[in-house]
Amino acid sequence: MKKNDIYLATGILSFAALFWLAQRLAAPGGQVTVMQDGQALGAYSLAEERELVFTDGNGGRNILVIQNGEAYMKEADCPDKLCVAQKAISKKGESIICLPHRLAVEVTAGEAAQADAVAR
Amino acid sequence: MKHGNWVKTAYMGVLLSFALILSYVESLIPFSFGVPGVKLGLANLAVLLSLYWYGWKEAAALNAMRVLLAGFLFGNLFMIMYSMAGAVCSFAIMQFLKKTGKFSITGVSMAGGVCHNAGQAAVAFFVTETAGVFYYVPALMAAGLLTGMLIGIAAGEVIRYTGKGFPTF
Repeated sequence: MKKNDIYLATGILSFAALFWLAQRLAAPGGQVTVMQDGQALGAYSLAEERELVFTDGNGGRNILVIQNGEAYMKEADCPDKLCVAQKAISKKGESIICLPHRLAVEVTAGEAAQADAVAR
Repeated sequence: MKHGNWVKTAYMGVLLSFALILSYVESLIPFSFGVPGVKLGLANLAVLLSLYWYGWKEAAALNAMRVLLAGFLFGNLFMIMYSMAGAVCSFAIMQFLKKTGKFSITGVSMAGGVCHNAGQAAVAFFVTETAGVFYYVPALMAAGLLTGMLIGIAAGEVIRYTGKGFPTF
């Protein structure tokens, strides 16, 4: 390895660390928004425990579970099942993505807004 | 055709099958950090070797062929799309850094690994239109750096023993 390689590695690592820190500082979210092909299918509160089934037009199926303020993918019928392997999400900006079914679940803000609405 | 040409063609074939074997081995390893898209990138070893032994044209052809063939053999069309995006990004930056002459093969490979993952994240962003994809970017960058470094060290060792060309017997 040359000196320049070390500089390069350090640069990349510090960029990644900054990126990571910026995300850690993001506030926890209150709901998950489910998108397919870039279209929002719906938003579901993380406070409410439930099991949701999503199907795409080509026979693809995903089961999303919301439990203990977290959301995770319980089942998928795609071959790689990467979305099932991903850890549960609860912080704003976190997401679970199923590429074969073009399905994306993202934690978004919303709980606070909903609480406000109820309080009012 | 000159003698050197068909020897080179044969060796490119050997390198391509080497890349495909590495892709196959990689598809057998259940390698998951809970982050989608993290792979060892073993096949990049063949790409790096052809880049240093022959040049960017040969390496680009090898790269395109191995993405298509490995995709059809072990994956699907989606996988080909993601691999291709990653391969193009990583290849462009590797050729650029190699050209500058300021980095060793390890540094070139590290940048390649990082850009491979960044390229795939970008495609995932355009396909899903979810900014949440970027949540994984720091982890993907760190993983690309590490795997790229390992592959780069391995390629560097091979080149140390074989010199600047494909070993001839």
